[in-house]
Amino acid sequence: MSMSTAAPVLDLSLVPRVDAVGVEERAAALGKRSIKKDAKRAGIRLAISMLDLTTLEGKDSEGKVRQLCRKAVQPLPGDSTVPHVAAVCVYPNLVPAAKAALAGSGVKVASVATGFPAGLVPLPVKIDEARRAVAMGADEVDMVIDRGAFLSGEFAAVFEEIATVKEACGPAHLKVILETGELETYDNVRKASHLAIAAGADFIKTSTGKVVPAATPAVVLVMLEAIRDHFFETGRRVGLKPAGGIRTSKQALHLLILVKETLGDDWLTPDLFRIGASTVTNDLLMQLAKEASGRYQSADYFTKD
Amino acid sequence: MSSELPVRKTYKLYIGGEMVRTESGRSDPIYSPRPKKALLANVSRGSRKDIRDAVGKARGAQESWAKKTGYLRGQILYRMAEMLEGRAESFEKILRESRGLSPAAARREARASIDRIVHYAGWSDKFGALLSTVNPVASSYYDFSVPEPTGVVGVVAPETPELLGLVTYLAPVIVSGNAAVVLLSERHPLAGLELGEVLATSDLPAGVANLISGRKEELVPHLARHMDVNAICDAGGDAALSKAIAQDAAVNVKRVKRYAVHDNLAGAAQGLEFIEAFVETKTTWHPVGV
Amino acid sequence: MSTTVRDGRERREAAEKAASERPSLEFGSAWSYAPSPEATDHVVLAPRYGLFIGGRFVAPRSKKHFRTINPATEAVVSEVAEAGAADVDAAVRSAEDAYRKRWSKLAPAARGKYIYRIARLIQEKARALAVLETMNGGKPIKESRDVDVPLAAAHFFYYAGWADKLSWAFRGRRTEPLGVCGQIIPWNFPLLMAAWKIAPALACGNTVVLKPAETTPLTALALAEICREADLPPGVVNVVTGASETGAHLVNHPRVAKIAFTGSTEVGKIIQRAVAGTGKRLTLELGGKAANIVFEDAAIDQAVEGIVNGIYFNQGHVCCAGSRLLVQESIEPVVRRKLADRIATLRLGDPLDKNTDVGAINSAAQLAKIRELVQSGVDEGAVLHQSACAIPVKGYWFPPTFFTGVAQSHRIAREEIFGPVLAVMTFRTPEEAIEKANNTPYGLSAGVWTDKGAKIFQVSSKLRAGVVWANTFNKFDPASPFGGYKESGFGREGGMQGLKEYVELR
Repeated sequence: MSMSTAAPVLDLSLVPRVDAVGVEERAAALGKRSIKKDAKRAGIRLAISMLDLTTLEGKDSEGKVRQLCRKAVQPLPGDSTVPHVAAVCVYPNLVPAAKAALAGSGVKVASVATGFPAGLVPLPVKIDEARRAVAMGADEVDMVIDRGAFLSGEFAAVFEEIATVKEACGPAHLKVILETGELETYDNVRKASHLAIAAGADFIKTSTGKVVPAATPAVVLVMLEAIRDHFFETGRRVGLKPAGGIRTSKQALHLLILVKETLGDDWLTPDLFRIGASTVTNDLLMQLAKEASGRYQSADYFTKD
Repeated sequence: MSSELPVRKTYKLYIGGEMVRTESGRSDPIYSPRPKKALLANVSRGSRKDIRDAVGKARGAQESWAKKTGYLRGQILYRMAEMLEGRAESFEKILRESRGLSPAAARREARASIDRIVHYAGWSDKFGALLSTVNPVASSYYDFSVPEPTGVVGVVAPETPELLGLVTYLAPVIVSGNAAVVLLSERHPLAGLELGEVLATSDLPAGVANLISGRKEELVPHLARHMDVNAICDAGGDAALSKAIAQDAAVNVKRVKRYAVHDNLAGAAQGLEFIEAFVETKTTWHPVGV
Repeated sequence: MSTTVRDGRERREAAEKAASERPSLEFGSAWSYAPSPEATDHVVLAPRYGLFIGGRFVAPRSKKHFRTINPATEAVVSEVAEAGAADVDAAVRSAEDAYRKRWSKLAPAARGKYIYRIARLIQEKARALAVLETMNGGKPIKESRDVDVPLAAAHFFYYAGWADKLSWAFRGRRTEPLGVCGQIIPWNFPLLMAAWKIAPALACGNTVVLKPAETTPLTALALAEICREADLPPGVVNVVTGASETGAHLVNHPRVAKIAFTGSTEVGKIIQRAVAGTGKRLTLELGGKAANIVFEDAAIDQAVEGIVNGIYFNQGHVCCAGSRLLVQESIEPVVRRKLADRIATLRLGDPLDKNTDVGAINSAAQLAKIRELVQSGVDEGAVLHQSACAIPVKGYWFPPTFFTGVAQSHRIAREEIFGPVLAVMTFRTPEEAIEKANNTPYGLSAGVWTDKGAKIFQVSSKLRAGVVWANTFNKFDPASPFGGYKESGFGREGGMQGLKEYVELR
């Protein structure tokens, strides 16, 4: 099917198929890499620098956001070797509070938009929300695709929405959430990845965090492969953000391994890879402390913001 | 002196991987045979709600049990045999006390029960090869038939021998991926309830086997009429009950397999046919051509 | 857009220019993995081993020993005995004794229980066995730990369960064991091959004399120790270490009822001739030159994984390795690029490092063979692509390699290299792929990659190979029969079919 705009022709029938058993085996095999000592320390620090600390609850308040931002800027009080995280991700109304709390820190403000998480509001509302979030100071916008439309084959409509939101974002970078848990099959994830990338996504993102399963290693691998194919065709590097269900350092390091062995060195930077999580922060810090002291840690010694 | 005073055991039902009492709160005394007639224990008199709960747990467990590889199910059954081996002496004691068996007879039954579990552990990754076929249809199709577990199976265990009989009919039902709800020997339930403890420590996932003691006449109809039970293994040896089971099963077209039970259940009472009785056959066609 | 008709040369030049300007991925040292060596201190190694005969370790009557090394370091690991004719004779007589007096009299279920014990002991000692396998053979620890040892245990578990079920396997026919089985195994999967041989033999009521490969005797000896711990009746399993002469003594021994051999086709033919007319039963599992066929409608990234797994797993020391890639011409450039990227992340080095993907070549002799054939590829005009990985100074190593521009007549397309070297050829239609795939004296295995089910069944039905992997490769399971067509040997190991070779039907 071709678009009415001058955008690249989107022929989803050319999207490679994915064999589920094979991709799961490869993703699992990479999870068996053994990351020790300075590689582990470096990996943990890298992972921390890639975190998008997230709070997306109905009960979010300015107070909560301010505390989260403090953690974002200085994850381990008293240890300046631990880098600040990449971004804080909030609902649009909390963007000003986040912006103020993060001023001058280097930590970006990301806002969800487009009727997060379900994405089933009229398109003008989605556009308006994205525009306002950017106007309030968001550096990045995380949008959701219309999964219902995708699953009923309305690919042109999904493409148009993404392209339009990208335009509305102006200078802000756009992450497109596929909600892979609802797409269910790897073929769908691959297709949606290609579609989102073709429509102009700066990042593709696995999940809203509200649906399980979210960022499984195999889903991440499928999306990395889509990014790789696009890079070879156009030279443009698109980023990836797995989100949802990432709770342990082991999982975070597994993600880094997947990136390193699929896309290579260039993607091992917060500019091209983010981890959407919050609770994993303390596990990363505890692992770092364990590497330094040789002792297993207790959660009591790490702040819960 | 208090160290010599035994801590008496309460025998509980084994439902959903846990040792529980009957929700009805009722009990039945179990005595050793005459002339001694000593009270051995007060066992739960299981109720229809226990059956209801057990079937629910069995259904919940069955799908993932069936998805496990045959190799893994075989490992789990083999571990069951390891656990039973480790507790053989306590089972022999129960058999002696509850049925008045001689030590030699009790030992034979315990050993035969262990061997029977080992036998079925070895079937888990083999019965498929024997029960599957590639069918030579007269058209350009690859046509194959494979066995699949039928689902939740209700088992009416023999009255005696209460341990060997239980294992004889339970193991072939679960080895293929079914989940079971078992009505134990009514008169001699202790060995079966003790087996529940073995199952609980054997890596068998919760809900795959559920063991209930109580009055068969009261409980059997609830199992036979249950709409979410796919089959009944009738090894109870009671003609009147069997007739009722056959009638009641029609309510959702349950498969019913009735076994005539022999007292010693020696070597012949095991093998592929016992597994085959509780599997379905699925045939698939696929074109051959580029 | 105007269409310019260009000739072949112009098109080629344009493609090459595009290729050189194409964006490339950088698999460098951003975030390198630190060394992650597997602990070896818990592995118990004797400085010298005897032969395992009659349930105990005994000194060889030949009075000869030889060293066994770690091919990754060339360091000596231990010394093992070289069994001469008298030693082999003692082992066979011990096996015969055990068969007549003990093993054939046991109830089948009891035989099964001994085999279950062996399976359990392998599981209990899994890590130590994996380390020993890696130290003696050179394969990466992640493979011995995750593939070799678990599969070895699984084979014993699987066949233990058949011991008392033979009547079902043979449709009610009565079966009898053969007696003493002489078994000769190779160096590529030492423990696993021992399991493939011993487990079904024992389950069917036979006793065994096993000769492990000259360069990899240690895990077979560890398995012997496990048999002893399992209280296996003495003489049921015997292990005679040595080289090809020891193997010849075993093959020629008049009181051996059956020979099972896994190794090269060349030696397989020698054995077949030696056994001819003796009445001995024989099974052979020999070499291969498997075609891995990738169609344009394959799930391409998983196909590339399958190609890599097919030829670089175990350094390509695999009889069923996918050593020929037959790729549909329309997707050859994409597959080639993805393959080059993929081998750039293969880690070659210390096999005891948990992150190593490609270990050491098993011996200096094998390395020389690989080098010779790779040189022939270059000389005959194929294009060499090789991983740029660093090669350690000591030990025997060969980097992951593939050749493009290969023709069927090239030596690298016809001869078994038994190393991490892939020959890539193209095809246009399914018929052509099948024809090329079958155009070899070998017939062990093949791979078929396509998303279309009907094509899988059609192509696999026409491939003359004993094992066809569709959308996967190098998968093994004790329940799945394995063996070859044509010069890749005869007989099957694994599954119900694997029992047939170890019984006499009455």
